[in-house]
Amino acid sequence: MYAFTFHRPATARQAAGLLAKKEDAKLLAGGHTLLPTMKQRLASPGALVDLGGCADLKGIERKGRNVVIGAMTTHAEVAASPLVQEAIPGLAYLASHIGDPHVRNRGTIGGSVANNDPAADYPAACLALGATIVTNKRKIGADEFFTGLYETALEEGEIITKIAFPLASKAAYAKFRNPASRYALVGVFVAKRGSDVRVAVTGAGEGGVFRWPEAEDALKTRFTAKSLDGLKASAKGINADMHADAEYRAHLIGVMAKEAVARATGK
Amino acid sequence: MSSQSSSATGIGASVRRKEDHRFITGQGRYTDDINRPGQAHAYFLRSPHAHATINKIDTKAAAKMPGVLGIFTGDDLTADKVGGLICGWMIHNKDGSPMRAGAHPALAQGKVRYVGDHVCVIVAETLAQARDASEAIVVDYGVLPAVVDTASAAKAKTVVHVEAPDNTVFNWHLGNKDETEKAFKAAKHVTKLDIVNNRLVPNPMEPRAAVGDYDQGEGAFTLYTTSQNPHVARLVLSAFIGIAPENKLRVIAPDVGGGFGSKIFIYAEETVCVWVAKKVGRPVKWTSDRSEAFLSDAHGRDHVTHAELATDADGKITGLRVKTTANLGAYLSTFSSSVPTYLYAPLLSGSYDIPAIYAEVDAVYTNTAPVDAYRGAGRPEATFVVERLVEVAARELGKDPAKFRMQNYIKKFPHQTPVIMMYDAGNYGAAMKKALEIIDYKGVGKRKRDSARNGKLRGIGFSSYIEACGIAPSAAVGSLGAGVGLWESAEVRVNPIGTVEVLTGSHSHGQGHETTFAQLVSDKLGIPIENVSIVHGDTDKVQMGMGTYGSRSGAVGMSAIFRAVDKVIAKGKKVAAYVLEADEADIDFADGHFKVKGTDKTLDFGSCALQAYVAHKFNGQDLEPGLKEGAFYDPTNFTFPAGVHICELEIDPATGTTRIERWAAVDDFGNVINPMIVEGQVHGGIAQGVGQALLEGAKYNSDGQLVTASFMDYCMPRAGDLPSFDVGMTVTPCPSNPLGIKGCGEAGAIAAPPAVINAITDALGHEDIAMPATPQAVWRAAQKSLKRMAAE
Amino acid sequence: MATVSMTVNGKAVTGTIDSRTLLVQFLRENLRLTGTHVGCDTSQCGACVVHVDGKAIKSCTTLALSLEGASVTTIEGLAVNGTLHPMQEAFREHHGLQCGYCTPGMIMAAVDIVNRRGHALDEQTIREDLDGNICRCTGYHNIVKAIAAGAEAMGGKAKPARQAAE
Repeated sequence: MYAFTFHRPATARQAAGLLAKKEDAKLLAGGHTLLPTMKQRLASPGALVDLGGCADLKGIERKGRNVVIGAMTTHAEVAASPLVQEAIPGLAYLASHIGDPHVRNRGTIGGSVANNDPAADYPAACLALGATIVTNKRKIGADEFFTGLYETALEEGEIITKIAFPLASKAAYAKFRNPASRYALVGVFVAKRGSDVRVAVTGAGEGGVFRWPEAEDALKTRFTAKSLDGLKASAKGINADMHADAEYRAHLIGVMAKEAVARATGK
Repeated sequence: MSSQSSSATGIGASVRRKEDHRFITGQGRYTDDINRPGQAHAYFLRSPHAHATINKIDTKAAAKMPGVLGIFTGDDLTADKVGGLICGWMIHNKDGSPMRAGAHPALAQGKVRYVGDHVCVIVAETLAQARDASEAIVVDYGVLPAVVDTASAAKAKTVVHVEAPDNTVFNWHLGNKDETEKAFKAAKHVTKLDIVNNRLVPNPMEPRAAVGDYDQGEGAFTLYTTSQNPHVARLVLSAFIGIAPENKLRVIAPDVGGGFGSKIFIYAEETVCVWVAKKVGRPVKWTSDRSEAFLSDAHGRDHVTHAELATDADGKITGLRVKTTANLGAYLSTFSSSVPTYLYAPLLSGSYDIPAIYAEVDAVYTNTAPVDAYRGAGRPEATFVVERLVEVAARELGKDPAKFRMQNYIKKFPHQTPVIMMYDAGNYGAAMKKALEIIDYKGVGKRKRDSARNGKLRGIGFSSYIEACGIAPSAAVGSLGAGVGLWESAEVRVNPIGTVEVLTGSHSHGQGHETTFAQLVSDKLGIPIENVSIVHGDTDKVQMGMGTYGSRSGAVGMSAIFRAVDKVIAKGKKVAAYVLEADEADIDFADGHFKVKGTDKTLDFGSCALQAYVAHKFNGQDLEPGLKEGAFYDPTNFTFPAGVHICELEIDPATGTTRIERWAAVDDFGNVINPMIVEGQVHGGIAQGVGQALLEGAKYNSDGQLVTASFMDYCMPRAGDLPSFDVGMTVTPCPSNPLGIKGCGEAGAIAAPPAVINAITDALGHEDIAMPATPQAVWRAAQKSLKRMAAE
Repeated sequence: MATVSMTVNGKAVTGTIDSRTLLVQFLRENLRLTGTHVGCDTSQCGACVVHVDGKAIKSCTTLALSLEGASVTTIEGLAVNGTLHPMQEAFREHHGLQCGYCTPGMIMAAVDIVNRRGHALDEQTIREDLDGNICRCTGYHNIVKAIAAGAEAMGGKAKPARQAAE
């Protein structure tokens, strides 16, 4: 690692102040992407603002028809939350399958969403459930939030404080893991709310998480895995690497989508 | 737990390990745990290019950076007359000329030949400072095209070493060529396969590390290092590289966190650490991080092979021929040349009676990390060739693969193969029968149908492996090109009150020698196992040794201890004769007591030891005081562990996921000292073999960049990738050593890959799959199977 | 340089450290607790697992300064007054280790599994929950057995370990 100064504010407001004041400052959430990158000397922030002490960024609550999760809530906390398990079990399931148990004890939802790794799990849930990403400055809809590979709508000095997930009548996630890294080779989150169905795909897109409109249309007619029979995701714009070429990944999108629907419908 | 022992700690008992207490409490002492007063840190600037000339290294700015104590290049090695790294096994070409070895400097001299090659070393107060300084060094590279591909390296226009203009280190052969050609001409059927044995990265969990220390007062060096064979390291560093004479160079290999071959070799980093310790006048530590390990640890395997098997009208195997190209990487690592030659081709007879075998092996240089021995070393490659050929032949001939193997097994011993080896003992049919029972072979048809009903493909695959272990006798390996004798030494020191220290040249880095060796000594001397300590891994304590590799520590290392203990008992009888006032010929030793035949006069071992040191009861002119004996043991033959592994697995054709459902392993390791430890070795070996078959594969791109350079892309086997294993044993004692031991360390890694691939191809119904059979590869292969099934 | 204070294995410790010091470096270099190991640089192998405030984390991917006021337990703190923790006993009894390098992280992860999932663990659960710990020696067979037995022993219902194995 290159040298940096370290700051540990107690509130999101203090964090925002530090972020504005310190040159070349970066936020540190769970650190499970940033610290390995810094260890490899591929990132060199001048200052780290550790959000771990900001109690106001933690916690899970039910607000009307939403589950609202503080940005510094760990994956393990989301996975183990009776509130999440009851309200959006697919979200708890997703959290329980990120990384490994130790990673889940440090990694946070805010960090994952802000980083927008193309193989991360949470972006799929945000997009499929139509989550609202709340920052210290504004509220951003998931459709507008994820703008590209590791790119989001977040502006300089903006800090995610919480994420609000509207309840769905049916929702589930299925993931095919990269055998080596355990990130999503392909992950599909499906959500049905009234007549609306959203299918979000992570791990596969050249531009990061995306929706699969053909599958959404098919599932709107009938929300069952059978509705996806014969439906093929296009290999265009799909990632290719040594673990999976575009054709295989595109195929897996279909398989994972069916698995997610089957899980959502309890079959 | 199986147990053949009469005592709870004797030979054959699953004694819990003596060394475990320190490991489970965090008190193990590995090289990186060692810090010397005033210690500085080394960082190696490594080549980012696979192949380049070095026109200039400008270290001026870096040398002025904070904390920097010194920056050293290949020129400094030359100035100090520090020699290059060596390859200790000479191979001769078909025409009798010696192999063509290029120079292997510890720091680059004019050229870098793989990504990760050592350009220079920076020594600084802290590692961060050394790394900071490395970024200020300006290297003027003249980038050259890279030779990467194994199969085409000999035809490449680029030359890795001028000494080998066609990038060919040697072209070598073994076997009876004319008879083999005749056998193929007369064959009723010929089975042909093209095989790639994938390149692997050993990845012991402890990365390599070294601490070099120089005592100015004594003029003596100490090197702490992650080595499987500290004495060989000292020998090479002293006699060949010229760091210091042996009496001024101590090498200590403390607890070592796994090796699997990769810590046999003498690398650039430890050479440089011990050399620069004197130059900067400070102890110097280097610890590899995992990224460096991927680039610079010697890799394993990497063969491209065409193989053919001839059978007659009765299904009897009549001939086998093999043409292999082996990638040895950018430089010849310490034992690299022996791996695709004498550790490979002599095993091509497998467990089968094959009258004619001919193997040709070309070894090539490429711009990739050096390739050397990795768990099994040559024998997994041979077994993969033989067991794939045999399985496919059985399928082509419409024979049951188990019965086809039984038909062709060697049944009479000793058996001379056409490829050097004289198999001394075995019973392959017994292992097969037992393995078939364990796996419930009769039920496999039903299980396949059940899987098919669920849309899955189930397959079963066999591997009837044999290996040659011990890597001795010395005269034999010497005649094949080994630069050293491969005996082992032991010294048994009995203390005055009867406790015992056993000094061994074998090194334990997970194998549990501290327990197994103590079991042997305690059993033979009739003393409590707690009274026996095993000392290893320090050239100042143990005089000489050859180290641990090739599953040799039991068969060779323990045999040396056995002989030394015999000498202790013989000396003890002399002492007892004086004490008990009897004739030496009348003294018996059993159950820890010296006894005068036909009387009730006895002397227990501890009292005998005390008498040996007190020396009041005998004349020092007639009998020397003390009780300490040593032995060098050189076996009479290699040992030949063999066995049958059967893998049953299920493929999900929708995703390409392969799930191993059952694993039966029946091994014949000869006599077993500690079944618990032996079974553990089998488990670990299978896991590495399954890793090779399903998960692991080192890949370079065409520029010579390693694209599987971390655990993010190089898939290590995890708990969820593996099943529990059903392990059984058969025993035919080995006649070539006093303990009847054959060795168990590599068996699983040798047996497993063909068992897995034979099961996958059985499930798929075609042979078109290579290792590693990743989900993507299996999915694609399964689509082909489904299409065929639909067409049928 | 900055100062950090935390509790390690029940003892209050304070260190003046470079801000880039990882928890594993603080443990190994400042406190000389070398039982916690480093086996990779991509946060995957789990040789560095320790407990922070009762939860297993990777100490190679956590800055020491982030743990001001935290309570850390390492492998050295697992045995109490010289009596081995049941999970340590189980690893020895079931030969759940060979070279010993992954072992401290493996045992800390195992205790964490029991803390989260209780004392009756089936093989599949154990294997899945070991996703963050790589062992190159054992093939996991005996680690899985050791964790199942250690979990039971932690529940206090276990037979004496030696007897249970036979």
